[in-house]
Amino acid sequence: MPAATNRRNIVGVNAETVTNVSSTDFPGHWPGEDHSWSVKHFRRTFKVKFYRNTPLLSQFDLIHTDAAIANTLRRIMIAEVPTLAIESVYVSNNTSIIQDEVLAHRLGLIPLRGDKDALKGLSWYLRGEDATPREPTDEDTIVLHLKKTCERNPDAKKTDTDPDKLYINHNVYASDMVFEPAGRQIKSFARDPVRAANPDVLIAKLRPGQEVDLTMHCVKGIGQDHAKFSPVATASYRLLPDIRIKKPIRGKAAERFAACFPKGVIAVREGRDGEKEAVVDNARNDTVSREVLRHDEFRGMVELGRVRDHFIFSVESTGQFDADEIFLSAVGTLKAKTINLKRDIYKMLQKQALDAKRAREAENPDVDEGDAMDTQ
Amino acid sequence: MTSKAEDILDGMEEDDDELTMPDEGLSDIRITTSFELQLPGEEEGSASFEIIGEDHTLGNALRYIIMKKWVRNFGFWVPDPEVEFCGYSIPHPSEDKMNIRIQIYPEYWEQTRPYDALMKGLDDLGDLCDHITHAFKEARDKFVELGDGSEQG
Repeated sequence: MPAATNRRNIVGVNAETVTNVSSTDFPGHWPGEDHSWSVKHFRRTFKVKFYRNTPLLSQFDLIHTDAAIANTLRRIMIAEVPTLAIESVYVSNNTSIIQDEVLAHRLGLIPLRGDKDALKGLSWYLRGEDATPREPTDEDTIVLHLKKTCERNPDAKKTDTDPDKLYINHNVYASDMVFEPAGRQIKSFARDPVRAANPDVLIAKLRPGQEVDLTMHCVKGIGQDHAKFSPVATASYRLLPDIRIKKPIRGKAAERFAACFPKGVIAVREGRDGEKEAVVDNARNDTVSREVLRHDEFRGMVELGRVRDHFIFSVESTGQFDADEIFLSAVGTLKAKTINLKRDIYKMLQKQALDAKRAREAENPDVDEGDAMDTQ
Repeated sequence: MTSKAEDILDGMEEDDDELTMPDEGLSDIRITTSFELQLPGEEEGSASFEIIGEDHTLGNALRYIIMKKWVRNFGFWVPDPEVEFCGYSIPHPSEDKMNIRIQIYPEYWEQTRPYDALMKGLDDLGDLCDHITHAFKEARDKFVELGDGSEQG
């Protein structure tokens, strides 16, 4: 690629300003160049590069796509990929100092996990317009129980002051929630029952005589409705930083130059003449803090920027689904949206055509005159 | 205007297999028909659509892909965009609505209507999704094969 075309993708970052911020790869912007959408071209240029792939954290690059697409996928991951969370809490007894509604809210935010296929197979529990809620079924609702009563420890010494030794069951943890499978769930969740993703989440503290006894209904929902349904702790992207050294930086200045960047970004190498020189080692690690632009000695020697079509994604799962699966669900959701919308446009056009036909028939009654005679 | 809709229907084949949804619960997208609410500003070659249950998520992606509007290849080299303008807006944050406006250059009025541009945009977005899924799985599987955790060149 010629240098000029390459620089088009660089967003300039100056001390106080940014330059070249908008993408220009659409038809009609560059004379004689075709930037119209082409799947073939996209297939050739689009790249994904992985840097980390663990169940809870995925880091990967999407290269040669637009911010509109990257942002759409990020937004879908946060707000539209469905997960299971506690939705209703039925309190049989709560004598702890945490109020029912606060306790219910805390419970709702606890990330759950379980058999992934079975979770994906759950249907939506739709409350509908009716005042009386629909009866929950094994297809759409998971039931959890939580019962814990605090007692004095009879073996505690009189001199003990540590609550752990004085009391039994004085901490209520997320791991105390017990899954009660119903119907088909007995089989589908047999290998991997529904439980808290992080067993050590402290829900409440109790003292002797206090008790919590709750039944919880978990349903599938999306982050748009409530943050507890969001499958990601964070899903974010940043643009790949770009550092261009315009004039060689040698000697002691090279060390000072490297010190303006995070570790590993600038390497100081020894040239053939034995003199040290600063070179860009790994721009990916840069935070684009612009520290280097504050130093007069480097004025005009370096250009900072970001690559406009290189997105460094970081997806952190809450534990219900694997991070990479969440991204794939997001892409699937976007695809589903396009299919739905196409279907609805089709329906809309069908209705319009039908109404137009009726209107025309009403205008020219000759067509159905026979019918009109019959009714008379 | 209504006869236009009929024309499009004639040229469109209903592909039921493609229209089956993997996840029915998300099918919350509706376009209001012109009879429910006539969006102003419709004339030859331009129209606005009101999409219910959508926001910036779909709006911006759709706007991007429609603005990158294809040109039918007639063998001429110089490309010429068909879509003059495509923009979206959320008229009010407390209404679950997204408006999208499409205008076609007058030269293309005969062959392309805003409906076509919208449908093509959705098709393109679908193709894009398919390829992202493919490329993502490929890259992930390759990464996992090469061993986890370490950076890969």
